[in-house]
Amino acid sequence: MAEEAKSQDLPPLVTRKPVKTKEELDLLLADRGVRYYKELEVFPVDTAALKKTLDATCKSRIRTWLEICAHCSLCADTCFFYLANDNDPKQIPSYKIKSTLGELVKRKGDVDTQFMINCMDTAWGKCTCCNRCGMYCPHGIDMGVMFGYLRGLCFSQGFVPHEMKIGSGMHWIYNAQMDVTVEDYVDTCKWMVEENEEYYPGLEIPVDKVGADIMYVVNAREPKHYPQDLAEAAILFHLAGESWTVPSKGWEGTSLAMFAGDWACCKQQVENVYAAMERLKVKRYVGTECGHQHRATITEGPYWAGRKSGDPPVPGLHYVEWVLEALETGKLKLDPAKKIKEPVTLQDPCNYIRNHGLTDVTRKIMSYIAEDFREMSPNREHNFCCGGGGGMNGIGRYRKERNIGLKVKRDQILATGAKFVVSACHNCWDAIRDLEEVYKIGIKWSFLKPILLDMVIVPDHLKPKEEE
Amino acid sequence: MYEFISGPLALISFAIFFVGIITRIVWYVKGLDWRLDRVAYTEKLGAGITGAARSLFHWLLPFNRTTANHPVFMAVTYLFHICLVIASIFLVAHVVLIEESWSISWITIPDYIADYMTLAVIAAGIFFLIRRLTDPNVKILTTASDYIVLAIALAPFITGYIAYHQWMDYKFWLIVHILCGEIMLIAIPFTKLSHFFLFFCSRIQLGMDYGIKRGGAKGRGIAW
Ligand code: SF4
Ligand code: SF4
Repeated sequence: MAEEAKSQDLPPLVTRKPVKTKEELDLLLADRGVRYYKELEVFPVDTAALKKTLDATCKSRIRTWLEICAHCSLCADTCFFYLANDNDPKQIPSYKIKSTLGELVKRKGDVDTQFMINCMDTAWGKCTCCNRCGMYCPHGIDMGVMFGYLRGLCFSQGFVPHEMKIGSGMHWIYNAQMDVTVEDYVDTCKWMVEENEEYYPGLEIPVDKVGADIMYVVNAREPKHYPQDLAEAAILFHLAGESWTVPSKGWEGTSLAMFAGDWACCKQQVENVYAAMERLKVKRYVGTECGHQHRATITEGPYWAGRKSGDPPVPGLHYVEWVLEALETGKLKLDPAKKIKEPVTLQDPCNYIRNHGLTDVTRKIMSYIAEDFREMSPNREHNFCCGGGGGMNGIGRYRKERNIGLKVKRDQILATGAKFVVSACHNCWDAIRDLEEVYKIGIKWSFLKPILLDMVIVPDHLKPKEEE
Repeated sequence: MYEFISGPLALISFAIFFVGIITRIVWYVKGLDWRLDRVAYTEKLGAGITGAARSLFHWLLPFNRTTANHPVFMAVTYLFHICLVIASIFLVAHVVLIEESWSISWITIPDYIADYMTLAVIAAGIFFLIRRLTDPNVKILTTASDYIVLAIALAPFITGYIAYHQWMDYKFWLIVHILCGEIMLIAIPFTKLSHFFLFFCSRIQLGMDYGIKRGGAKGRGIAW
């Protein structure tokens, strides 16, 4: 514990425990990281516990990866951080993992504070867990998976970036990545209906409707900062004639706990959503335009929740899958005359492209909405991370590193010649927005919902009646 | 001397080699954990096998992006491994020795081909060595054990080449060659040379991961 903190008689900000009370959370929020990182500098490592965790969780897969790495450096140019940092050998995925997790395992957890800080700065500041490097290693060594594991070890020891500690705390307290309560959420739903029902008569956001076909789940940023997104989703479901609902409890699909490496919190978070699926007896889950929402709830979530099948209780769709289905079945009809004329490019988010194979889905959607669609290079599962994934966008400590990393995406976008980027992922959307702010290359960016809403043909019976 | 190293010592080396490999494969498989790894290995075995097969296919053959991005290095790597395995298993002298001791035998390759393959292994080894010494990316990753492992892998080929061509004391070099071969066999389960079989474990595991969870079930399966 920092001397300073003691002398001022403040409760410590750095602990090995997750934040589970509002008081602790408020304290952390008020600190903005200054005292937090000072405390971290002198926070001791519980080496016995670390060894115990390693013994229990570092099994043959990771040990084998660490052992058989041929030190061949073929993974070097697969990592966007390596490329963005002018081919700095210190950014080679294999080097990054070898000098952190590799050492940690070799020393059986007997490491000091500075070592753990370096692990933290590498696991969050030099890797977004995009898993790209793993696709290129001849030995099938996935550094993204190992960095995810390392994050968990760091978290268990309290060595975690300030915002990540807050993020997992939010999930413990609110079951959401931001301080949005169930009441706040339900109110936002009502408010959005009120705002829009004049233009879309009969518009509803059915809360807790048992037996609906679709349970729609969002990212807390939407009710908190972009409620219009929720309205757009509602309007599109309404126009498509879907039977759908949003849960009150269990409304949030994201998991900053996953980025933080707080596995116990991941479990609690996802079980909430699964409970809603079961309570509402829905047929399918549709998650909003967010990549890690899909990864957390549909791809990884079943395992945290101990579901042996690896599947969530009901089939889970990413929003793009629902959109394509609605377009292909004609539930949503777009006006071809309104197709985007200017060149458009598409960001492939790691979390549902490389990590869930939805590569063709977004491309088919592009064929409905864009006249001049231009692929980035590389693309699909080979695409580079936006630069802000894995929680990186939100961590102040690594802002400089993040902005350097953005250069790769910038150059990819510039090479397409398009000035308009479609991004069906919150993280990518943010990264591209920040990229424009930092590098000013004159681009626009958008989620799919506003584009669709702009182009959709409203069926006659759903149009507002003309005043007589 | 010769009798001992080509008799009992060879037997011991092979025993360590096989028992070591089997033990480590069992250890690997037992260490897989569907919850920790977050892969439904057994529940979705079918998808897993498809993914594993895809992964092996793309990486045992040069149908992968790494080969496209690094053609020279990958060509040398493929050549090195193919020649190393074929030359040592199908060399006439090796097969004859094994037949004499354990009366099992298999097809052989002509000596002149084995000779070229040996040269290829040595040349590729020198290429790896130079790359390790000069390329900053490889340098930063390299540890002493990388050199030792390379030496262990090359030694049987260099000594075998010298012995075969009988440039110097044949008997001496033959003994050194056999010893080097035995060192290599024993080293395989315990050093990085374990990638000889752990490569398959690792590729199969990642292939299953992609096949089961990361896109195998949806869309077109991702190959690795
Ligand atoms: S992780 Fe793979 S590609 Fe990278 S150095 Fe190790 S073996 Fe080579
Ligand atoms: S997972 Fe992505 S960011 Fe992390 S080391 Fe690999 S390529 Fe780089």
